[in-house]
Amino acid sequence: MTALLKVEGLTRAYPGVVANDRVSFDIAEGEIHALLGENGAGKSTLVKMIYGLVQPDAGGMTLRGRAYAPAEPSAARKAGVAMVFQHFSLFDALSVAENIALGMETPPPMRQLAARIRAVSETYGLPLNPARLVGDLSAGERQRVEIIRCLLQDPKLLIMDEPTSVLTPQEVSILFATLRKLAAEGTAILYISHKLEEIRTLCDRATILRRGRVVESCIPREKSAADLAEMMVGARLDTPARAGGSPGEVVLEVTGLSLPSATPFGTSLRDISFSVRAGEILGVGGVAGNGQDELLAALSGETPVTPGAVRLKGRPIGALGPSPRRRIAVLAAPEERLGHAAAPDMSLTENALLTAAIREGLAARGFLNWPATRAFAERVIADFDVRTPGPGNAARSLSGGNLQKFVIGREVLQRPEVLVVNQPTWGVDAAAAAAIRQALLDLAQAGAAVIVISQDLDELMEISDRFAALNEGRLSPPRPAQGLTLEEIGLMLGGAHDMEVAHVAD
Amino acid sequence: MIRLEKRPQPSRIWTVATPVLAVALTMVAGGLMFAALGKDPVVAIRTIFWDPLFNEQFASYSRPQLLVKAGPLILIATGLSLGFRAGIWNIGAEGQYIMGALAGAGVALALYPLDAWFLFPLMVLAGALGGWAWAMIPAILKTRFRTNEILVSLLLVYVAEQVLAAMALGLMKNPEGGGFPGSRNLQHYPAAANTELIAGTGMHWGVAAAFIAVIAAYVMLTRHMLGFQIRLAGQSPRAARFAGVNPNALVLICLGLSGALAGLAGMFEVSGPAGRVNIGFNQGYGFTAIIVAFLGRLHPVGILLAGLLMALTYIGGELAQFMLGIPAAAIQAFQGMLLFFLLGVDVLSNYHIRLGRRRVA
Repeated sequence: MTALLKVEGLTRAYPGVVANDRVSFDIAEGEIHALLGENGAGKSTLVKMIYGLVQPDAGGMTLRGRAYAPAEPSAARKAGVAMVFQHFSLFDALSVAENIALGMETPPPMRQLAARIRAVSETYGLPLNPARLVGDLSAGERQRVEIIRCLLQDPKLLIMDEPTSVLTPQEVSILFATLRKLAAEGTAILYISHKLEEIRTLCDRATILRRGRVVESCIPREKSAADLAEMMVGARLDTPARAGGSPGEVVLEVTGLSLPSATPFGTSLRDISFSVRAGEILGVGGVAGNGQDELLAALSGETPVTPGAVRLKGRPIGALGPSPRRRIAVLAAPEERLGHAAAPDMSLTENALLTAAIREGLAARGFLNWPATRAFAERVIADFDVRTPGPGNAARSLSGGNLQKFVIGREVLQRPEVLVVNQPTWGVDAAAAAAIRQALLDLAQAGAAVIVISQDLDELMEISDRFAALNEGRLSPPRPAQGLTLEEIGLMLGGAHDMEVAHVAD
Repeated sequence: MIRLEKRPQPSRIWTVATPVLAVALTMVAGGLMFAALGKDPVVAIRTIFWDPLFNEQFASYSRPQLLVKAGPLILIATGLSLGFRAGIWNIGAEGQYIMGALAGAGVALALYPLDAWFLFPLMVLAGALGGWAWAMIPAILKTRFRTNEILVSLLLVYVAEQVLAAMALGLMKNPEGGGFPGSRNLQHYPAAANTELIAGTGMHWGVAAAFIAVIAAYVMLTRHMLGFQIRLAGQSPRAARFAGVNPNALVLICLGLSGALAGLAGMFEVSGPAGRVNIGFNQGYGFTAIIVAFLGRLHPVGILLAGLLMALTYIGGELAQFMLGIPAAAIQAFQGMLLFFLLGVDVLSNYHIRLGRRRVA
């Protein structure tokens, strides 16, 4: 195997932190190479340097033996490096082909482009109709648009950032088949993920980053998931402990909750009914875009519904807004950390005030008690191991995992009776995810009713007592989580979500 | 090649230093312009920035003018900045200023010649209410029918100007004025006059109100829930809704507050420096205040300084026209440069500037 990309001594410092410290590794042609590390370990900085979004302070790269220093992403693309981001940048109101044309410097005529999209999608087993509106696509199909956009450039190196976080198990296996075929044709793939089992099945080699440095390099097939986690974190991870207890009385009851979609591409909630008991965790699975955001908004009070549709211990609370619901200990943590759960440019202290003002008594007659707010923020930071220089730092300066710990911690410490969380560990590293799951289990243990909306099925199986699937705004009847197989869950979720069955052409 | 790199957090040093840098750059660029017009740049700059305050000959006249001009600008801009911070764009302060003046003057003229201690306080109340009511029109249309408050508030300025003309020519016309348009001069009506509080300083009740508004806005933005909600709604509307902020209530509060303060400014002007309701009574304070609000970075203390600076360039500009024969258009260009540089160098507080492409060794 010849090295396609060689990275030597890449260093990049930001004020106060060295994100990458003399990072060296190489990727061979046709290799699927995993980049593994906790949040804040420097994976995204490293990838951004390879993709030309960030320039290194020191060190260099060679691509096929030639010096490679992309000044911007277009230079990287010209050199044959493509990237599929964790967050899609697609326009809902445009068709697949139009979206792909937008990303090209000199797009061919639409008809020709559509033909090329069809050809690539058939070759790699990624069925996709170029004429469909992106707004009508599932998350898995949207990801295909991004992948095909990259493949049209005929890349030598394809970077994938957490690609499976939005996919059903069936979709994951389709994606893996595609990636293996690409690799067999000689395309190298740099695969970033925190799902250790996936890395073990898919990747040829793994480079492990910790605190900005390469700590180890290994062949993941030869290691257990626990070994990989240990290399990544530098310490053994505890799987969340779960003490069996019998659930108490019904705390939250939702009956016949229907909510028309506010936007053309949103999802309408249709006749949702369920109940949660004290001390119980209800897991709500489903692929993104099936009504998760809408369900959270209805439960948090952001979208008021008919009073009787949501009841707390029999009392109708559907019409209450977020503040009155907080007063009666119904709390929520939305999925989008920056811009929804937290204000990006505000300090952590101010973000603590954002939801905790009422329950923590941080304001008297409207006047804010900043010392108490700061103390509460510091308590969240300490109790949930949020890594930040202090509560005065802006929310956007935190890594995703750290901010997520802050957001969950902020709600948990307010002693909720009902806590609704959406995607509590999305894009969060293994250690932080384990801490968050443990916190949710402890909260339920202490008698709260917890609803966890997530796309991560392993996570839901690990912590929930009962499981329900959200599909096109409908919720399946909850079933006890114990004993459910991955296959059964996949079917509850709607299988590969109304997609044509994929065939990878040989 | 120059590249901009976003700072993880806005730089505190640059936030303070950029206005100073901008004034310095304006002096350089303005000096070049004055030199091109054949005027001595040093003298011109001195005439604009120094003479109004310290020249023995002019200072006694122009120094009080500084507060007289800055007062309404600061009062209106402080109110506007609250809405701007929340993403609520009241562009019609000029109209609210007129309506406040009409309401305040209307009370005085209706009760003329009543001589009672409560007359002036009543006018203050009426002035605030007048501006508030005029601002409620775009506010209610926005909350009820989702109309755009920028358009509605702006167009209402022109309506207010017509109302002003109608009042000056009709209902409020001075019956003893020999048929000329315009109301009685309130400065000649002691119970209603907004007189200088300290002789020779230009300090009148409106200036005092402006200072109080600056302090109150500062306290509200830093220590009060409402100020927090205003900042939150402006920065991240979705997080604000999650935090329980009612967007409609915020529209009513912000437009109402800015309207009331603009109305107050109009009322203090009509009962003080202007003296009477007349066509063309409004001199564009309501529009200039928008510039002042942004020059002051929507921060109360910044607005205080920006208002004083803006007033200074007006007075100094007039002086330079009068003394050096610099054309009025050149003075406006000079003020434009100030705004241009202030907004231009603002990029430094949010971005690092990197010179040259980074090459990897």
